[in-house]
Amino acid sequence: MAKDLLIKGGRVIDPSSRTDQVLDVLVVDGKIADLSENIEPENAATTVLDATRKIVMPGFIDMHVHLREPGFEHKEDIESGTRAAAKGGFTAVACMPNTEPACDSDTVVTGILEKARKRACVRVYPIGAVTKGRAGKELAEMGEMRAAGAVAFSDDGSPVATAEILRCALEYLKSFDAVLIEHPEDLSLSAGGQINYGLVSTVSGLRGIPRESEEVAVARDLLIARLTGGRLHFAHISTKGAVDLIRQAKARGINVTCEVTPHHLILTDEMVLETAYDTSTKVNPPLRTQEDVDALRDALADGTIDAIATDHAPHHIDEKWVEYDYADFGISGLETAVSLIIDRLVLPGIISWMKMAELMSYNPARILGVPGGTLKPGAPGDITIIDPDCEYSILPHNFESKGKNSPFVGWRVIGAPYGTVVGGKAVMYDRRLI
Amino acid sequence: MSLRGNDLLSLREMSPEDMELVLSTARSLKEILSRPIKKVPTLRGKVVCTLFYEPSTRTKTSFELAARYMSADAVSFSSASSSVKKGESLADTARNLTMMGIDLAIMRHSVSGSCHFLAKVLDIPVVNAGDGMNEHPTQALLDIFTILDYKSRIRGLKVAIIGDILHSRVARSNIFGLTKMGAEVCVAGPSTLLPPDIERLGVKAYTRPEEAIEGADVVYVLRLQLERQAKSLFPSKREYRDFFGIDRHRLSYAKDDAIVMHPGPMNRGVEITTDIADSPRSVILDQVTSGVAVRMAILYLILGGWD
Repeated sequence: MAKDLLIKGGRVIDPSSRTDQVLDVLVVDGKIADLSENIEPENAATTVLDATRKIVMPGFIDMHVHLREPGFEHKEDIESGTRAAAKGGFTAVACMPNTEPACDSDTVVTGILEKARKRACVRVYPIGAVTKGRAGKELAEMGEMRAAGAVAFSDDGSPVATAEILRCALEYLKSFDAVLIEHPEDLSLSAGGQINYGLVSTVSGLRGIPRESEEVAVARDLLIARLTGGRLHFAHISTKGAVDLIRQAKARGINVTCEVTPHHLILTDEMVLETAYDTSTKVNPPLRTQEDVDALRDALADGTIDAIATDHAPHHIDEKWVEYDYADFGISGLETAVSLIIDRLVLPGIISWMKMAELMSYNPARILGVPGGTLKPGAPGDITIIDPDCEYSILPHNFESKGKNSPFVGWRVIGAPYGTVVGGKAVMYDRRLI
Repeated sequence: MSLRGNDLLSLREMSPEDMELVLSTARSLKEILSRPIKKVPTLRGKVVCTLFYEPSTRTKTSFELAARYMSADAVSFSSASSSVKKGESLADTARNLTMMGIDLAIMRHSVSGSCHFLAKVLDIPVVNAGDGMNEHPTQALLDIFTILDYKSRIRGLKVAIIGDILHSRVARSNIFGLTKMGAEVCVAGPSTLLPPDIERLGVKAYTRPEEAIEGADVVYVLRLQLERQAKSLFPSKREYRDFFGIDRHRLSYAKDDAIVMHPGPMNRGVEITTDIADSPRSVILDQVTSGVAVRMAILYLILGGWD
């Protein structure tokens, strides 16, 4: 029996009820029991967390992470990845199926959940592969995976290979009430590319990945979503053109949502030159231009973008401390996302605290169809506490994640995850794992 | 003397003053090459190592001779017959070599930015001998040196660079170097071989060679990098020659005293016809000699052989 938990004195921001006021939050039996002013602990056994001058939000859900287990445990595993999540203020993560073997069967889904039950300190929601071996040829047993606990389906790392198999998958998933998460990329346009195609690829001599690689895929997928009426979600949107296409599609009533990463909201391809080809800047989709960054930020404000997800992609230093073309794509993002969003978007007034909670908690829960994303009584006691004043430097060698591959090394930021509560139990408090 | 102890990675990052210093030093060292005994003791006791992860004849030999003419020892490491085949990383290979006491590393590599990476790995100076599609700074310095031999200035000259701009590190280094020194640079090639936003580097870009060559003082013909053509960027060598190759007719658009350059190795009959390559206007072989002088200057300035 979990002890009761009382979070006192924090500014509670809950998008589901549009609450924004100083309240105490009581969690009983792992569920939100009460939000009121001045709740007193019912007995001495109640754990009390002081949240004075802190912000209390429904637990953040990172709907796009790579936990690398099974198969790539030298990069990350379920234990280290969820510790990183807890440290970063996330109460749940959805993990992508590009493991080895791929998460394309109920056996692998069950294995991940079983390991998570023993080792994870936050909730883990497996995402199953759309096609067997993520090979794009035959549908994987999505129904069996759904029954085993997969929350969504994706061939992430790659796009769903053809329009036809995407069409079949979106139709078929209607029986199982799960979203298909698409990694939009036309591989024929991106082949061999290292960074965004444009001035920086010209100056650096690195091969370019045109924005159209993403936009061609988004356009294809939107048409298939229209054809099928299926539930489609786009991972890591990075270009102005993609945002424009999705905005139009939403206006026409197509059933689509999308996410963006912190790095695409903050960094541009100029960083490749500024860092003299540092491979921490190598990520797929690539860092784009200021025009794209501005468009992504506008799309947050107008609701075109539904969620912020990290695309946490940890890699071993041996896979990054190499020539640029030979380095793996990806950024370790779980432990920097919250601070970056606060420092670069909330404090400068680009989005509100309420919007941040929507993008990082309420909407991801809604898109994935998982519990949480709200502080309404009866909801899971998953809570993220933020210290909006904490100023510190991002130092990847202190990450809980095995992946130290961050382009934000040394950045001075204001705002930090302060506490992570999962099912009424604090797994991180005062910026330390418990 | 700000080159001393430093890397030479790109002309994009090199100041015009440092470029001038290399050129003037090369001017005075070039005389050594015409002596009966081509050896000065300046860099005695220094060891340079060439790491070539891509095939090269001219550049590697040029660097090694430059070192030897200055009395430095030159050792070479080639990826074809080495631990690279056994899977060793560049960082490990390079650190091992430096533990044997080398003073300077000269690297060619097929990946852009690799010399920048090597410079982060090593404490000793690194000289870029060509990295992927990025830069080949010593080539551009020797090209500029050669132009100065014939034209005595760079400022105000019109230089037309013709061919595969997209894949060419020679083009990039020449664009950065020549524009910094005040030349007007025009590039031309099939549109599939022109990189995006190239004009933002301060050059004019054309898809017909004649337009770029019009009134040029220097016609710089690039090697068609057949080995880098992964995709169908042009239909055939024959068609390339017909529309983009430099022949007598296309060259007639240049000034009467224009010189013709090529970084080598040439695909004769593709990007340049033999009669042009071997004509009195061709300075292609002068470039090779200039290369040794410029590399002597670079080694001298970086290794600080003066007292």
